[in-house]
Amino acid sequence: MTDAAPLEADKIKLGLLDLTPRQVVLVRKVPVVIVSVLIAFTVVWVLFLADRSWTTATSAGSAIEEPGEFIVTFLNGLTLAGLLFVVASGFTLIFGLMRTVNMAHGAFFLLAAYIAIEIQQNMVGKTRNINPSDVSPLDWFVPAFIGATVVAVLGVIMQQLFLRWNQGQDLRQAIITVAVAVILADQMLVQFGALAQTMVWPKEVVHFFEIFGERYATSRLFMLAISLVVGAALWLWLNRTRMGMVIRAGVDDQDMVRSLGINVAVVFAVAFFVGSFLAGLGGAMGASFAGANVGTDGQWLLNSLVVVIIGGLGSVKGAVAGSLLYGMSIAFAPAYLPANYTFYSIIFTFVIMALVLAVRPYGLYGKEE
Amino acid sequence: MAGRQRQIVTVVAIAFLIVLPAFGSDFFIDFVMTRTLMLGIAAASIIFLSAYGGMVSLAQWLIFGVAGFAIGNVVADSGRGLKLGWAPWVGVPIALVVCTLLALVLGLLSSRSTGIYFLMLTLTYAVIGFYFFGQVTTFSGFGGMTGIDAPAFFDDEPKRLYYAALVLSVLVYVGFRALTRTPFGVAFQGVRDDPVRMASLGYNVELHRALAFTMAGFVAGVAGVLNIWWNGQIDPSSISVAPTLDLLIIAVIGGIVHLEGAWVGAFIFLGANIYLRDIPGLGSIGGFVQDRILAEDRFNTVVGILLLIIMLGSPDGVTGLILRLRDAIRGALSRGDDEVVAVPAGDASGSSPPTHTPDHN
Repeated sequence: MTDAAPLEADKIKLGLLDLTPRQVVLVRKVPVVIVSVLIAFTVVWVLFLADRSWTTATSAGSAIEEPGEFIVTFLNGLTLAGLLFVVASGFTLIFGLMRTVNMAHGAFFLLAAYIAIEIQQNMVGKTRNINPSDVSPLDWFVPAFIGATVVAVLGVIMQQLFLRWNQGQDLRQAIITVAVAVILADQMLVQFGALAQTMVWPKEVVHFFEIFGERYATSRLFMLAISLVVGAALWLWLNRTRMGMVIRAGVDDQDMVRSLGINVAVVFAVAFFVGSFLAGLGGAMGASFAGANVGTDGQWLLNSLVVVIIGGLGSVKGAVAGSLLYGMSIAFAPAYLPANYTFYSIIFTFVIMALVLAVRPYGLYGKEE
Repeated sequence: MAGRQRQIVTVVAIAFLIVLPAFGSDFFIDFVMTRTLMLGIAAASIIFLSAYGGMVSLAQWLIFGVAGFAIGNVVADSGRGLKLGWAPWVGVPIALVVCTLLALVLGLLSSRSTGIYFLMLTLTYAVIGFYFFGQVTTFSGFGGMTGIDAPAFFDDEPKRLYYAALVLSVLVYVGFRALTRTPFGVAFQGVRDDPVRMASLGYNVELHRALAFTMAGFVAGVAGVLNIWWNGQIDPSSISVAPTLDLLIIAVIGGIVHLEGAWVGAFIFLGANIYLRDIPGLGSIGGFVQDRILAEDRFNTVVGILLLIIMLGSPDGVTGLILRLRDAIRGALSRGDDEVVAVPAGDASGSSPPTHTPDHN
């Protein structure tokens, strides 16, 4: 197995193969070509080929014939991408600055969801069958904000107690957060039970509107709007404030920031607060959108991971790109796959990840370490 | 000297395990020791990759489960899945081939990453595997498969399965230890320590990682076969995030830089699961601790706290703790002697955490 034999001068080792330089150039282009062909095929498929009645029997017709179905699918993908972005941007912010992979991110999501649901029930005065007409905007925003804040404080406590003094030992930190996630998940099971619970959107956004002959829920657009506000705030914070500047500098070169006399410990705590807050806010949104249940934490940890692996760890831009790609694939795969194969849509996530990693091993916007 | 000592301890441990069924109860052998051995094999595949390659894999439990699903599809003759109804022994080579090929594909796909990135990548494989078997009803569906028979040889004789697991454990342990001394194994450790230097020496870094991952996948598949014979059923929730993390926890509790730690960790994990509440005094604490930590179903909290304590105090797990204790005792006994305490092969990182990723990767 020792392939230390001297290489021929005109051969270059690439992966498993020995190649001439010209072949290397060609081989390097293979993934790009494959990806381009697949993208082109997907576009043609969605635009023209998909057909309800034809042999493909997809659940949505082609975009040309049924623009309504296409728009709805697109909006589904876009709104889901918004929620994905809120959650994953918190994850990527923490990682980008501290190299800490917070495996408790999903648990924070679920905890905030449960807290927000509990508070909303108290505010409305009913424990079940809450009607949207009972819920004012305040009854949604206050619980969401409190849930997210509790989780953010919890995140800072975890960081100060368990992660502050072993900074840089990334694997140890990841396993510590795994332990926190396991404890939290188990305690949440005792406290909130194993029944699915949902948070209720405020009555102002719970209705439908017509678009190309299809009905669409306003609440999903409301979710998208919150995500956009969060994204804009995050962008302003990172690009237009002193703290944001320090954080961006810390992502690039932590030692330099430290030697400029900036208190990095405070910056870390703030980043952990914001990152966990975003997980919590996402939790409240997710609880209103799809409900909260045992296992939701693992699901959202996965979602965050997939988004940042596609987009690149530590990059907010990458979180946007990753959320869009992942959200669209979740929305489009079931609608445009042939009906007998829709249960294979999960594999699409995997295919996208594999393709991105084949072309860019550190994600679309990730930096090589 | 230390290597010699390690051999003696290993041989004594194996001898003890061989005679154990003579005086252990059937329940203890079947529910604690057999499972310890098979979970130990699976955890050993994590520790092998982590200690010698710097790759902490969360995909081992997926491969472990895939072996079960493969046998289920081939062997079961009713219920969900393919229902081929072939003889139980036929399932074994099929399952092992499937697992090895899967590991090869996943290994090639992730061979360019190590450390924390590898951890996350393999976690996504694990979760996608869970959804795959849940959604793709051709192979299982969320209900899972039951009535998967073990070969008739193991019927009504839990000791036979125990000995099978013991033999395989010894083979895996000896095999991994031997592998690390082969040129491939030494090069693999070189790849862990400095991939750039190894690449410029002409070694194929990605290939070494992918092949090591494939071998670990084969071993995880072996453990998966034992598991399905012991269990007789499998469903997607048994390969979801929680059990995936449990296997990592077993490896970490045992000590993720020592191969022996796999079995130590599995024993502690299962022992705590079954016997924790029988410890005298623990049952009468009462109050919040009783309700939230020591109650019947709160095992995960205990495991989480255990993991947290281990990671905060002794990142190389219980085995690391034992080794340091031994060194401390020996140091106290032989103070002034010029005896050099040799470091075991897998102990290169000492008490530092198992991170082998250099800055430039």
